[in-house]
Parts: sequence; C-alpha cells; structure tokens
Amino acid sequence: MSADANEALSRRGFLAISAATLGGVMLAPGIRLIEIAGARAPEQAASKQVRWGLLIDTNKCATGCDDCVKACATENGIKQSGHPRTDPQWIRKIELKDLRSGRTHSVPVMCQHCEHPPCVDVCPTGASFKRADGIVLVDRHTCIGCRYCIMACPYKARSIVFQDVTEQNPDVPRGKGCVEGCTLCVHRIDRDRQPACVEACAKAGHNAMIFGDLNDAQSEIAQRVAKYASTQIRADLKLNPGVRYQGL
Amino acid sequence: MPLRGLLRLFACLALALPALAFAAERTPKPIIIIDKPGRCVEATETMRREHPDLLKHQRDLTVHEGIRTHKHSLKECVQCHANANTGSVLGEKGFCQSCHDYAGVKLDCFGCHASKPKLAGGAKP
Repeated sequence: MSADANEALSRRGFLAISAATLGGVMLAPGIRLIEIAGARAPEQAASKQVRWGLLIDTNKCATGCDDCVKACATENGIKQSGHPRTDPQWIRKIELKDLRSGRTHSVPVMCQHCEHPPCVDVCPTGASFKRADGIVLVDRHTCIGCRYCIMACPYKARSIVFQDVTEQNPDVPRGKGCVEGCTLCVHRIDRDRQPACVEACAKAGHNAMIFGDLNDAQSEIAQRVAKYASTQIRADLKLNPGVRYQGL
Repeated sequence: MPLRGLLRLFACLALALPALAFAAERTPKPIIIIDKPGRCVEATETMRREHPDLLKHQRDLTVHEGIRTHKHSLKECVQCHANANTGSVLGEKGFCQSCHDYAGVKLDCFGCHASKPKLAGGAKP
C-alpha cells in the first residue's frame, strides 16, 4: 500500500513539475514552445516551421469568374501575346462536371506547392527548389530552360517563357527562356501580405480562397482543414500538395 | 648640338602622345549621372569593383531564403540610379548601360529584371 502511495505521489509530483515547467515556458513574455508564424522581419530567412498553403472552397468559387486569373496576371506582369497556346499560365480556371449527377464545379488550379515536388527531383541544375516554408520556386539565375520540370509536374503548373518580357513588376523578374509557375506571390508573403488571387477573390465577395500557415493550429486555414473534409488533387501520388480543395 | 635637339623633340612627342590620343576620343567615355550623390550603400571604389559580387550574394539570399533587405538589392540600385529623363538605368545615358558598354561587359540582369523603378502611383511596394 505504502509503496503504491509513494508511487502515486511521485507520479503526481512529476506531472505537477512538468505542468509548471510547460506553463512557465509558455507564460514567459515573448517565449513560446512553438514559434507561431507571424510577421517576419526582412532580414529574417523563411522558416521551416511554416507551411504555406491554400484552401479553395469549390462551393464558393463562381463559374465564369476569373478574377483570380486576372489578378495574377496583373500582379506578375503576365501579358497575352496573341498566342494563347504558348503564353505562360500560372493559374487557370477549370470547369468540372459530374456526368451522372450533373453537378458542376469551377476550380482554379495553380502550382500545388508539393511537399515532395517532382519538378525539384528532375531539375538538372537545382534551379527548381522548395523554400523552407514550403513554397516551390524556380531560381531563374540557374534555370537553363530544359523544361524537364514541365514534363514532371502532374498538375501542368509550369510554363516556359517564349517571348521577350518587358515592363516587369520590379518585384517579379521574368524573362525569356526560363521556366516559371505560381510563386504563391512570394514577394507579397515576405512582406506579410496575401497572394494576389486570394485578395481578388475576397474583393469579388466570393471568399473561395483562404491562404495561411497549415502548421499554425490557430490559423483559419488549419482550423478549416481540421474541421472540414478537403482533398488534394491526385492525392494518390503522395506528393502532399499545400493547395487543398474543399467540396470536390 | 643637333643630336641633342632631336632627342629633346622625341621626348616631347612621347610625353604628348597620350594626351593626343585622349583628344582624339576614339572611345566614348561612360556618361555617369548621379542625381543623389553620397547616398550609396558602399564607397564608390567598392561599388565599382565589387557590385557584381554584392548583387549575386544578395540575389541568392532573396530567392532562396526570402531575405528582402534593401541594401545590395538590384531593385534599390534601379530605384536610385534610374535616369531622370528616361526613367531607366538602360540606354545611352543609363547608369548601368553606359558603363557596361564602355567596359565591354555584357549586362544581362535586365533581360528579366525591371530597368525602371516602380511607379509611385502603381501597385503597392
């Protein structure tokens, strides 16, 4: 009996001490057990504790609306050259119809920012890379325009620039001969702003796109993903995209 | 002595030759217009010699790590050095191009990067 009581006490004591320690760590001003993604200083590197993601609600995405596509083109300086088959395309609207039920979906598709991106696997120069915070990018300084990544991407998310580009946005350098794709508006994210497509969708009143940190349990996107069923396109490939779709 | 006189003439000619060559101006000098002098992030000598390395270092930090400090960023160079008339760092009197033309060094930054600063009334910074 006494041995049991002692054991219970010691266990209780241990729990109490752990709780106090945890509480102390969390209550100390400015110190958290897990650093929550907040505004990042310009001199601070992207953190691997963050996983940026998008959640697209297909029930709210309006058929025929392409505000996100237009906003993307304006923000990133993508102009139509009159050759739609070869123009770069960072985001596109896809209309889906279930033939049995007749239910239609309209969904924007862009780079899915995979955790295991095939474009990075195949790149011979290391130009295609994944940033610490999960954004998949092309370093144009090392891209040789071989287009392996275009072939490898199961989402058709990458394009090559065939024409000379002029009047670029100073924040978004783009040029002929390099492969490119959705950057999740990385230049905006680094300044604590939302991607242009998400902003445009909210402005149009649809609110079909939510951007945020999937690793931050307090963020709207993480809470929605935890609460409602959402799917990743071609989840069977096990690439774990950061872009998720609700209602597909 | 006629020999000494001849030597003196040669010496004078030899001294005058470089000056004569400059007067001919076979190579046009770069036109360096600096609207806001004394505000560069490094000393002029450092910038002249090391600006490619500084830019390369900054570019890797920005692209791969998302570090967007202003010092040594190409965008900030363009912001400050764009010609007041053309609004660009390119062109005959452009800060970057006139010097690169003189030195015979290919300037390929602006195949992708904007050669003009962002307009104040345009998109937000």
